[in-house]
Amino acid sequence: MADAVRLYTRYIGASLRAQMQYRASFIMNALGHLAITAGEFLSLAALFGRFGNIDGWTLPEVALFYGLVSCAFALCEGVARGFDDFSRTIRNGDFDRLLVRPRSTLLQVAGQELQLLRVGRFLQGLAVLIWSAATLGIAWTLPRILLVLGAVLGGVCLFYGLFVLQATLCFWTVQSLEVMNTLTYGGVETAQFPVTVYRAWFRNIFIYVVPLACVTYFPALAILDRADALGSPTWFQWLAPLVGVGFMALAPQVWHFGVRHYRSTGS
Amino acid sequence: MPAVVVQDLVKTFRVAERRPGLLGAMKGLFHREYHTVRALDGVGFSLQPGELVGYIGPNGAGKSTTVKVLAGILVPDSGRCEVLGQVPWQERVRHVRNIGVVFGQRTQLWWDLPVIESFDLLRDIYAVPQVQYAATRDELVALLGLGPLLDTPVRQLSLGQRMRCDIVASLLHRPALLFLDEPTIGLDAVSKLAVRDFLLRLQREQGVTTILTTHDMDDIEALCTRVILINHGSIAFDGTLEALRGRVTQERYLTVEFADGGAWRDEPDVTVVRSNGQRYTLSFDPRQIAAADLIARIAARYPVRDLLVENPPIETIIARLYDEDQP
Amino acid sequence: MSAYLSTFQARGRVLLQYREAALAGVVTQLFWGGIRIMIYEAFYRSSSAAQPMSYAQTVTYLWLIQAMLLLVPWRVDPEAAASIRDGSVAYEMVRPADLYWYWFSRGLAQRVLPVLMRAAPIFIIAMPFFGMQAPVSAAAALAWVASIGAAALLSCAITMLATISLLWSVAGDGVSRLLATLASLLSGSVVPLPFYPDWAQPVLNALPFRGLMDIPFRVYTGDVTLGQWLPLLGHQLIWTAVLVLIGRWLLARGLRRLVVQGG
Repeated sequence: MADAVRLYTRYIGASLRAQMQYRASFIMNALGHLAITAGEFLSLAALFGRFGNIDGWTLPEVALFYGLVSCAFALCEGVARGFDDFSRTIRNGDFDRLLVRPRSTLLQVAGQELQLLRVGRFLQGLAVLIWSAATLGIAWTLPRILLVLGAVLGGVCLFYGLFVLQATLCFWTVQSLEVMNTLTYGGVETAQFPVTVYRAWFRNIFIYVVPLACVTYFPALAILDRADALGSPTWFQWLAPLVGVGFMALAPQVWHFGVRHYRSTGS
Repeated sequence: MPAVVVQDLVKTFRVAERRPGLLGAMKGLFHREYHTVRALDGVGFSLQPGELVGYIGPNGAGKSTTVKVLAGILVPDSGRCEVLGQVPWQERVRHVRNIGVVFGQRTQLWWDLPVIESFDLLRDIYAVPQVQYAATRDELVALLGLGPLLDTPVRQLSLGQRMRCDIVASLLHRPALLFLDEPTIGLDAVSKLAVRDFLLRLQREQGVTTILTTHDMDDIEALCTRVILINHGSIAFDGTLEALRGRVTQERYLTVEFADGGAWRDEPDVTVVRSNGQRYTLSFDPRQIAAADLIARIAARYPVRDLLVENPPIETIIARLYDEDQP
Repeated sequence: MSAYLSTFQARGRVLLQYREAALAGVVTQLFWGGIRIMIYEAFYRSSSAAQPMSYAQTVTYLWLIQAMLLLVPWRVDPEAAASIRDGSVAYEMVRPADLYWYWFSRGLAQRVLPVLMRAAPIFIIAMPFFGMQAPVSAAAALAWVASIGAAALLSCAITMLATISLLWSVAGDGVSRLLATLASLLSGSVVPLPFYPDWAQPVLNALPFRGLMDIPFRVYTGDVTLGQWLPLLGHQLIWTAVLVLIGRWLLARGLRRLVVQGG
């Protein structure tokens, strides 16, 4: 285990040194990301300018959801790049290379790249989060700070699990991956609002199937001290981010099933 | 004890049928039909330690499937296979510690990093002790004269330089068995010679058991004493290169480019294989006429611009071999 | 002309092979459309204030975004960009066809078929099941078709600008990104343009980007009458012409710069 961690850090070091070779284009890319996400948030603000609220939630409250999910997703996109980009690894035949090395395939894919680029999106999410907290006048007690960190980390784990599932799908097809985007990017879009604004069947997908609500909606309720229209108990709201960790723990089983399929069909 | 034993290896793939036309494409959206391809159909051979064997055959014959099975990437349908006393597809991690693989068209080096950093990373991946690693690396680098390249980012290397670095990279953990998959593909003539020279020296000094798959007969001629030929998923020939050639044909090709065409008259001892404008490819049997004599004769009779003597391409040999097999 | 036409056909055949991807794309677009519509549904039930568009019009606008999303000039032409990066653009200049129109027709071909393949299923599914309305009149439908055609040309002209800017390497990289960002925000693909604040409307109206989505969509929903639409079509076409002229001028300059530098 310690050996795996050391190798992972070596991989990440190599990836960072490689990215530093393209500094100018990196800065340009990060700024580009910052611009588009900032623009999206301003567009959201424009809607609140027209409508005032959504089901009784104001812009600064929704901004808390937005900030949590943006930070989590940006961090995850940074570390899970190898899985996000796995269809290319399969198409190039580079997965064969990973199989002839004496290390777990999961570790090797995870170590493929740490993408710094997502720092733009992360900073934007963080700014929105801070603006929201300041506007709402949230009292920052230690438990609340820990809950915010827990929600973001739980979110990173959840998205990481989704990226591993998406990569696993590549063992069968590299053509219909866009469907997985509905769960990753679509999940981000969905989680920017309280799940109660959606219809019940859709809401339930993001509570029970892909439990994104557990890393945004439920902890946000506890942070805001609001009662849940769905009736969840407070203790659950505090522990909900752990569900994200559990979700990630399931992903390796599916992955190994995919690797077995690959080794028997070679495609 | 042999380093590699393969017996009755069978591997089939299911391939989706592609239907022609727009209508077929639309049907394919909803329903696919599959047919089965026997990529390996009872392959068997064995290798002694230190052997360098050329594994050849036309595209789709089963070469890379065999390599993938031996490397532990693919699990076969049936058959026996032992590499260094282990079954490759069981306990993948333990098996691959003992092998090195070079895929000619894909580098295993980190594209944006200096060569030496890729080597260091491989040391960590294979968990090679530092002392052993440094000794192996320095020895290989000195043997191949790669010293000046070590600090160059891989993307700036020429194809030939990169291939040599790739070969070193696959040997850093001192594997007992090396797979070379098309190591000279896409290289210019000079780089090909350099890589071949490199492999020869490696063979002499290190004696690594090596399986070389290639399309390039010159690779085989320069490097291998033994050739295994696979076609349609089974072994069509296993023996020395001379035996292969002798069994099929003794012929050589002479390609001549004349200064002006159309004046070709039938010559004794040669037949025209093909002609294209001023270029004629003639086949001859060196037992009847030595190449030097034939060239002298042609050059004396015709205005010649260019001359080239070569062996019939591998595809021709294989085609002949099959003609021979079928009465 | 036939050179452009055969480029067009070859591209179409390549794209048809990715039918599985197309199917996945449709599912994705339906999903995204669904999310957005639920959000707007919640917004509309939360406020009694007068809105710039009716709920029904908004739903139709949102579906049109999903159907026509590929008209947004997200990316530069990847082949052209690669040829600029590795310098082989110099060989492209040898072709007996005008480079600008060669790239332009290739870009148009890359756009038309995917847009149609995505749009058709969304119309087929969203109209009967998910509240998407038909065009308000036959005339509006025709106007919409004409406007979409103009939008495709405009989209290609913007893509060309982004691609050509790559001739100025790092700075060009920034320009092409900026163009994509502006196009997606200011065309109405993120939020329908009428929802932006009133003070922003004159600016949005003047810029070329609304020609990509907002103009065709609003004539479709009847938010813009046919009489109002005709000058808007002019807006689309004039901007396209202007951007083509700028693009051709920049391409000539950029290539000359490349030759002078000996790149």
